[in-house]
Amino acid sequence: MASTLETTTTSDRPAIKQPRRRRSLRSGEARYGWLFVSPMIVVLGLFLIIPIGLALWVSLLNYNGQGSPFGANAHFVGLDNYRRLFLQDGLTRTDFMTSLRNTFYFVLFVVPLQTILALSLALVVHQRFLRGRSFFRSAFYFPSVTSSIAISIVFLFLFQNTGVINSLLAKVGVDGPAWFSDPRGLFHIAAENLGLASAEAPPDLLASHDVAGLSLWQWLSGPSVAMCTIISLVIWTTAGTFMLMFIAGLQDLPRELEEAAMLDGVNARQRLRYVVLPHLRPILFLVVTLGLIGTWQVFDQIYVMGKGAPAKTTLTPAYLSYDAGFGNFKYGLGAAMSFVLFAIIIAMTMLQRYVTRDKDAAQERRAGRAARRTLRSNTTVNR
Amino acid sequence: MTTTDAGTAHDIRVHSADTQRRSRLPAKRAAGYAVLFVFAVIYIYPFLIQTATSFKTDEQASADALSLRPDPFTTASWERLFDGSVPFLTWLGNSVLVTVCVTLGRVLFNSLAGYALSRLKFRGVNTIFVVILAVLAVPGVVLLIPKFLVLQSLGIWNTYTAMIVPLLVDAAGIFIMKQFFDSIPYSIEEAARIDGAGVIRIFWSIVLPMARPALITITILSFQGSWNEFTHFLVSTQSPELNTLTRGLANLTSGQLGSGNQFPLKLAAALVTTIPVAIMFVLLQRFFVTGANSGAEKG
Repeated sequence: MASTLETTTTSDRPAIKQPRRRRSLRSGEARYGWLFVSPMIVVLGLFLIIPIGLALWVSLLNYNGQGSPFGANAHFVGLDNYRRLFLQDGLTRTDFMTSLRNTFYFVLFVVPLQTILALSLALVVHQRFLRGRSFFRSAFYFPSVTSSIAISIVFLFLFQNTGVINSLLAKVGVDGPAWFSDPRGLFHIAAENLGLASAEAPPDLLASHDVAGLSLWQWLSGPSVAMCTIISLVIWTTAGTFMLMFIAGLQDLPRELEEAAMLDGVNARQRLRYVVLPHLRPILFLVVTLGLIGTWQVFDQIYVMGKGAPAKTTLTPAYLSYDAGFGNFKYGLGAAMSFVLFAIIIAMTMLQRYVTRDKDAAQERRAGRAARRTLRSNTTVNR
Repeated sequence: MTTTDAGTAHDIRVHSADTQRRSRLPAKRAAGYAVLFVFAVIYIYPFLIQTATSFKTDEQASADALSLRPDPFTTASWERLFDGSVPFLTWLGNSVLVTVCVTLGRVLFNSLAGYALSRLKFRGVNTIFVVILAVLAVPGVVLLIPKFLVLQSLGIWNTYTAMIVPLLVDAAGIFIMKQFFDSIPYSIEEAARIDGAGVIRIFWSIVLPMARPALITITILSFQGSWNEFTHFLVSTQSPELNTLTRGLANLTSGQLGSGNQFPLKLAAALVTTIPVAIMFVLLQRFFVTGANSGAEKG
């Protein structure tokens, strides 16, 4: 270790082209630099960088976890795992597609609803004429900082058959469902209530056409009643965090702008529409994309509240991948699933970085300049 | 005559608009409070119900879920948590141990790395920073399988080492520290440097004390993060003796308790899991807010 550090220092020293006095002041900086970042390099390298590469490698294997993933027990099968997920008819594909469908509806409901809730809470909490605003702000934010597992247990209790939610529903004369054992999709229920279709005899056109192992009727199910409990839990917990972001944005809103609008006789709704919302636009985009990134990763709540039940309607790719590996010892298949999920999330992240690029652009330019400078000084030395 | 008329008319108009606004304010205020109140109930009631239910009997918890009054009032569930019929104290101890180690580690290693990336000039520093920015975007939940495989091949799977070491550094924390060090004027260090102070000395006795707000933010984020951590422990351990509160709680729901729902016991255990973070939240709320917003910036 010491010898590596020594070589780095000696090879690095001439690279810093600075006046003599500065150089003596800076001597040893590279050594300390590497010393300071070494814990980070070891930990992030071993448990973040290597796992990314390993995940890709394992996803190309038929591997049951016995022995090393590079040993005799790990059989290289190329893209076979991915083929089974997308192309080969069978339980594997059906389950995976079901999990993608479930998560799609989960995202479709959670992201808009939590964004609207967060924005509304922020607008109310921001009103200057209300007292006790900081108390309410804390109350709305608190669930975001608590353990997802502990909160899930509270929601398990709230949504029991004879639990709080159903007792409240009974008070207004509604017979609440058996939340956690009801696999019916919301869209199916709506169709049935409107007399359009029934689950026993779905429309032939939809039931007879399969896409990737699921019939169109199944694809169009909407989130199941059981999934709705998890949807409400996630909206309830994360809205507070996003509320804070909106509040930060509202605090940046120039007060004169609002006052000018008020003097012009603009009413509250117009003010919201033409002054406040345009100002909040960048934050709105940020909240939506952060929501997209976060919701695709949902795992803890699924583990406690559903584990896929009932009828696989709360399966998500993250849980399915975990279960494939640790439950069924199909590590290759599990890794392939998580890699697909990874791709989805990276796509969302790219979207987010693209949307917020203005702010980052300046930073990147700076980093780029610094990199070029270093490069230049190095080449000078080498020549 | 006409001018006075116009003047009066103008006065009246201004006056009426004024009274109108004033008369509308109480109504607006009432509406605002009504909205706040409804949402406050939605956000606070679950915690009140949780607390109340932990003092109920199993029968009352399922028969009368809505009530905030335990009748009869019993501490039976709390006693069961601590009398050894559930390995609750083991979970609590493990959670405390892991949280303390991880928090100390992160405060030290994140600030070391953040300082090096912000201030020290050495070849590769830019590459490292770019890698960290990229790594920030990698969601932990997609790396469960390879993380398990790495821990297993290092021969530390199912040990405290496996639970603690991978959490000792986090990219987001390094990012926060680097940004903070970037905001400290360089001239302060330069003076000490000219006086002959070494890198470690400058870092430890000049820069680090100035970074107190950032250090508190890191402490809180690490405390909260490792106390609430679940998936990492799920794949890094197997033995019941290594269960933390979150894992123990999750096991409770999958029927480890035997017969019945036993919600009072589960809710009591969940409450204990919530309390430390709640206390910290009440005392140091503004740092939580900083953390949340820096999360937004890092993206």
